[in-house]
Amino acid sequence: MPEKQKPAEKRKAPEKPKVALYWCSSCGGCEESVVDLAENILTVIDAVDIVFWPVAMDFKKADVEAMPDGSIFASLINGAIRTSEQEEMARLLRKKSAVVIAYGACAHLGGIPALANQFERERILRYIYEEAPTVINTGGIRPMTTYKDNGHTATLPVFRHVVRTLDQVVDVDYYIPGCAPTPKLLLDALLALLRGERPPKGTVLAPDTALCEECPRKDSKPTDLHFTEFRRPHAAPIDPELCLLAQGFVCMGPATRGGCEARCIHGNMPCTGCFGPTSRVRDQGAKILSSLASNLDAQEDKDILKILEGIPDPVGTFYRYGLAGSLLRRALKPL
Amino acid sequence: MEHTNPTDAAPWRPRIVAFFCNWCTYTAADLAGVSRMKYAPNTRIIRVMCSGRVDPQFILEAFARGADGVLVGGCHPGDCHYVEGNYKMLRRYHLLQRILSDMGIEKERFRLEWISASEGDKVKSVINDMVEKLTGLGPLALPDQRAEWDREMDILEEKMSVAETAEKEGTHA
Repeated sequence: MPEKQKPAEKRKAPEKPKVALYWCSSCGGCEESVVDLAENILTVIDAVDIVFWPVAMDFKKADVEAMPDGSIFASLINGAIRTSEQEEMARLLRKKSAVVIAYGACAHLGGIPALANQFERERILRYIYEEAPTVINTGGIRPMTTYKDNGHTATLPVFRHVVRTLDQVVDVDYYIPGCAPTPKLLLDALLALLRGERPPKGTVLAPDTALCEECPRKDSKPTDLHFTEFRRPHAAPIDPELCLLAQGFVCMGPATRGGCEARCIHGNMPCTGCFGPTSRVRDQGAKILSSLASNLDAQEDKDILKILEGIPDPVGTFYRYGLAGSLLRRALKPL
Repeated sequence: MEHTNPTDAAPWRPRIVAFFCNWCTYTAADLAGVSRMKYAPNTRIIRVMCSGRVDPQFILEAFARGADGVLVGGCHPGDCHYVEGNYKMLRRYHLLQRILSDMGIEKERFRLEWISASEGDKVKSVINDMVEKLTGLGPLALPDQRAEWDREMDILEEKMSVAETAEKEGTHA
């Protein structure tokens, strides 16, 4: 890891392309996936200078502000956008970067944090600061966005009403999908960009076929599915060889982009859809809904509804990683 | 939220996007037309070959682009030209209704009806009834809602551009 350097004094060394990494509303898994490059991180460090990476290196916002506009070769931003601070950083990095990459499911489509788009902002704050079982807050004190004390003003970012994808806030050039993206996708994407390859703007840098195409259980997927019930992975044994849909589990594979090397399937768990849809699909949840529902083995309303009871939370299941980027984006009358 | 149409003074009327199957409901709408039946003019009809062709994305997109209601019309059970396309739609309907309800969209806004080629009068009564119910519910206005949500970001944008201008002026001075 290079030591903190004063940019003005290092001009003599040949300039490597500059890369920035930043996180917004995310869990840290995307940062971890960069670390998971393992020895390949040396290939990356050889090829680029990391000029900003708050989770690992000590550069400040002011350092980024001091850079000329467009001087960063690529910024990889992970996480959804929920606060004014995240918006501000996304805009700053957009201004300073030639290429902005939405890195990971949250920046790409909203990810897990976007499930909060089902709930009212007030309800979230009330629960977190007042009602959660681990909280004792008899005064009902909430954090304030500005606080004056002793002539100093402390500020906190504003918590927005809506969780947004990165491209709902700034212009995005490319997307690297996944929760988290695989190190292979990251390395391939970076190396391709460094070779000067520029796929069309808006490209998701992963294969454009459904996960089923690369699924090791592909051959056991029946041509016609007939769901008589839906089973849930925690409540039923899973055959490690057979297509999960054929076993009655909700597997998002048919509506989800491949490129993850079918890791969940190899772990004997159904796909939950973190790579988002392929380029032909606008709304991943609507598409898997269509696929699953069409194949119910029932014709009468009551039988159909009975089978559908096996999917207790359709929004959380079909839009687990994509609610902010979906056609509806946010509940109209949030809970 | 109270909704008024700022551009014209005409009272708000619901907009319905209707997907009618070629073999039954579209023909029924045609029959209603040639029979000179009068019904509410709020519906934009899109002809599809089968109600089973209606991708749930079409329905969500119609709402996202400003429809107040979506109506899908297909052949009666057992009468589908493609044997079971209408059953596929029926199954999707039930699951999609649950998603819409979780997302705060009332169930009256999405309706599935079986209307055979001879039931021109049913086209009339279904559309009239739906217009009445939607008028009661008021506008869905998703595009407006979205613009409203995104206004919360404008304040920061303004602040940042003011700061930037100030900075530029500072360096020039």
